[in-house]
Amino acid sequence: MADMNDNREVVLKTDHLCIQFGGLKAVDDVNLEIKKGELYGLIGPNGAGKTTVFNILTGVYKPTSGRVYLCGEDITGKAPADVNRKGIARTFQNIRLFGKLTVLENVMVGLSNQIPCSVFESVFRLPRHKKSEKECRERAIELLKVFNLDEYKDHLASNLPYGKQRKLEIARAMATNPKLLLLDEPAAGMNPNETQELMDDITFIREKFGITILLIEHDMRLVGGICEKLTVLNFGTELAKGETDVVLNHPDVVKAYIGE
Amino acid sequence: MEFLTTLVNGLSLGGIYAMIALGYTMVYGIAKMLNFAHGDIIMVGGYMILLFLPINPIVAIIAAMIFCMILGIVVEKLAYKPLRGASPLAVLITAIGVSYLLQSIAQMAFGSAPKFITVAAKLGIDGKMLHIGGLSIGYSTIITLVCSIVVMIALSLFVKYTKTGRAMVAVSEDKGAAQLMGINVNSIIMITFAIGSVLAALASVFFLLKAPTMNPTFGSLPGIKAFTAAVIGGIGSIPGAMLGGILLGIVECFAQAVPAISPYTDAIEFSILIILLLVKPAGLLGKKRREKV
Repeated sequence: MADMNDNREVVLKTDHLCIQFGGLKAVDDVNLEIKKGELYGLIGPNGAGKTTVFNILTGVYKPTSGRVYLCGEDITGKAPADVNRKGIARTFQNIRLFGKLTVLENVMVGLSNQIPCSVFESVFRLPRHKKSEKECRERAIELLKVFNLDEYKDHLASNLPYGKQRKLEIARAMATNPKLLLLDEPAAGMNPNETQELMDDITFIREKFGITILLIEHDMRLVGGICEKLTVLNFGTELAKGETDVVLNHPDVVKAYIGE
Repeated sequence: MEFLTTLVNGLSLGGIYAMIALGYTMVYGIAKMLNFAHGDIIMVGGYMILLFLPINPIVAIIAAMIFCMILGIVVEKLAYKPLRGASPLAVLITAIGVSYLLQSIAQMAFGSAPKFITVAAKLGIDGKMLHIGGLSIGYSTIITLVCSIVVMIALSLFVKYTKTGRAMVAVSEDKGAAQLMGINVNSIIMITFAIGSVLAALASVFFLLKAPTMNPTFGSLPGIKAFTAAVIGGIGSIPGAMLGGILLGIVECFAQAVPAISPYTDAIEFSILIILLLVKPAGLLGKKRREKV
């Protein structure tokens, strides 16, 4: 419930975020404020600019104007790899795992920056190489266990069933030790059972890691079921925002989704 | 017996092609560009050996490897990095430009006449043969074969079992996703160029063991052949480059061993490429590209 005395840290804040492609304002004046531990939903009809917002947050696009703050630090315009190091990780609408790597190796790629070891040390197999490889492997297996994927660790990522690939993407993102996890349509292409399982998983990792989550979703059942707050985008602008049940019953939102 | 000798010679030459092809294929896989200046790195490596050979042959080989590694990194930084995101054609033409630049610099520095670089003599293995049964094979052939096998195994292990290696596979598959996992794509590309150039310098050593001459355009033909090998194996695929290189080396040695067809050796090698591309457009081990829908 809205609590005026909510003094949790603000993890993500966007300040009048705008991006223009030619004559098209894809994102226009979006102001998000997400507090630590929150599960926040970004919804809207197709083409509303949701994924574009994600691409700005992760540094893939530079905003035409406006700022992005992560835990108070201005990260606007940083390169994607730097944004990730600062603490934002994401999954993708169309799964983008490294299909030629095994399940375990995918997570190990995510752990790359967590475990220090230079190329020089790897080439000459200095003691730290062995130690860091071992640590990396152990931490990756631990993470896979959390997601119940450890039995598939030596399978190629591309050979996993669809639902498991989605889970692995979340595991890989969590491996980078983010402060904020962005999930881009995690339930896309899932049947109701899989969606339910996914909802449980999201709730579980949020409890387990105490992580802040921002998710894009079309599945209203999922959004209504787990998100605490929502922002609704339509044609790049904010249509409504606030507590989930209030927003979902907002007349403008009903109109944008269902029509008059 | 003659068959076996030719086969061993072919494997040895194939090992050299494979090492060069690895440079092409890794750079293509990771930076998505064809580095046509790669062959000229071999030539630069040869001249570096010439410079340092009076000191000691081993020192000269190491110096050539280090110099080529730095050269590879510098070329990437100055010529290719500013073009990241430019059209592939612009990068390709730049690479051809770099190739001519390196050849011209070598010509100014060392002249266009061939230089004799007697690494084998300095190492004391010149003309020495190993006799196994009725088989006689040159020391340098065996050294080349053994070294190239060791290098290929080491590289495979590096790619499979190190953090950088995994990052290389990740970048070659999906640069964007790799970046969003915190991987610095620029440094991965730099490392790839460094590895490719060191392999080219090694290839140079082995060419000099076979025939001790070097000239400014030396790198062109082996460069093109190794590129052919990389395409035969499936460009972007590391085992493909190894397989393609070895196949091409064997074909070359057998074609040269038959007097009737030996003048057409190069033509035969390139014809294999053309025929193979008709049958398997992605190369022997290349994956068919799936269209994104």
